Amino acid sequence: MTPRLFISILTLLSVLGTFPATAQDAPVTDRSATGGATTLQDILDRQKGLTVDGAYRSDNLGVPDNAAPIENQLGTLGGVSQSDDWRALRYNKADVNVSSRSPAADVLMQDGGMTWLEFRQGPLATYGGWLLLGMLGLLLVFYAIRGKIRIDGELSGHKVLRFPSIERFAHWLLAGSFILLGITGLIQLFGRHFIIPLIGHETFAPMAIAGKWIHNNVAWAFMLGLIMVTVFWIAHNIPNKHDLKWLAVGGGLFSKGVHPPAKKFNAGQKIIFWAVIVLGVSISVSGVSLLFPFELPMFAATFEHLNAWGLPQALGFDALPTTLAPHVEMQLAQSWHAIVAFVFMAIIFAHIYLGSVGMQGAFDAMGSGEVDEQWAKEHHGLWLEEVKASTAAKADVRPVK
Amino acid sequence: MKSMYLAFFSIGLVAVLASVGLGYAGFSAKDLTSSPSVRLDK
Repeated sequence: MTPRLFISILTLLSVLGTFPATAQDAPVTDRSATGGATTLQDILDRQKGLTVDGAYRSDNLGVPDNAAPIENQLGTLGGVSQSDDWRALRYNKADVNVSSRSPAADVLMQDGGMTWLEFRQGPLATYGGWLLLGMLGLLLVFYAIRGKIRIDGELSGHKVLRFPSIERFAHWLLAGSFILLGITGLIQLFGRHFIIPLIGHETFAPMAIAGKWIHNNVAWAFMLGLIMVTVFWIAHNIPNKHDLKWLAVGGGLFSKGVHPPAKKFNAGQKIIFWAVIVLGVSISVSGVSLLFPFELPMFAATFEHLNAWGLPQALGFDALPTTLAPHVEMQLAQSWHAIVAFVFMAIIFAHIYLGSVGMQGAFDAMGSGEVDEQWAKEHHGLWLEEVKASTAAKADVRPVK
Repeated sequence: MKSMYLAFFSIGLVAVLASVGLGYAGFSAKDLTSSPSVRLDK
């Protein structure tokens, strides 16, 4: 499965639930009893989750020409009522003039915004939260059963350089910014529900303001770190035949004394690397779209591509809409950004676990950059052989004094 | 560990530079959303 197809499927699955077009259509209702207004049947149909054709509202915007002439007894009454005006605003058909220069400033009401709000406060927060808690629980159980993965032999006392300082810098630039972005992002989503009840509105307000500033500006450090890590390590993360052997034994994670072959990065690390690249790029792109509101809409074009590939149809759904209102684009960007963030955080929990408490000697690689030779022999045997061969070759070419 | 501390410091530095730089370049919310008749801090 290519990364592009993977992203497309995730996009499709995440947005399908936000579009009422996927629901069954309600039967045509006779509205003569209400003079064209909403009927009880419409309300009942909506409660059943059926899609009611809103044209009877969105097209009912009044007829200015129906205004009685000034000579008539009620001649100052217009042909457009206030209800007609509010409908026009709701369906973005009103002629609005605003002094603000924001691209979507003339949208005073957005029909469909509640769908996004309910998704954000409902499934997104619920399933995302449980995903993170579930991963933490899984790691706790794994640690309880497997314990810290220690090396089988004795530490040799000899160190070998695994990651030079610039690579460690790139990693920590990415990792440190990820931690800050994750925490501030979770505060944005869950703060109202979990933090305000604890500390109150007045205390939470500066926390939220600071969190937003940190999230918006640390994002640039994250993107810089992502570029550096990609440049430094992409060549070492190309899959090879040793990865199959590594995966076949689960990397030795689930059994002691098993040390499958691995070069600089084993198959598990390669999975993490590619997940970080794919999810990192996706979250960065949606994040930049959110940083510059209404300037970089991307979902309409994405949906066009998905429709062209036939993906929604293959899954039994209608074609995705290819014309999206500005606010809908921003809401989709926010939803996608948050979904990717939850998946990303869940994966990184496992990475942090293994790199800290989960495996003896793992942190040294990214801390000091040096690892014990025995550790390297057991976990990255092929890489150690390459390093030793390279060191020996350099010693051979040095002139003898 | 020096690389790690340097990276953490760099995160802060990049964040501040990004905030100041983007504001100077006219990307702040008040610059983008106010009408031309609004005189901002001028």
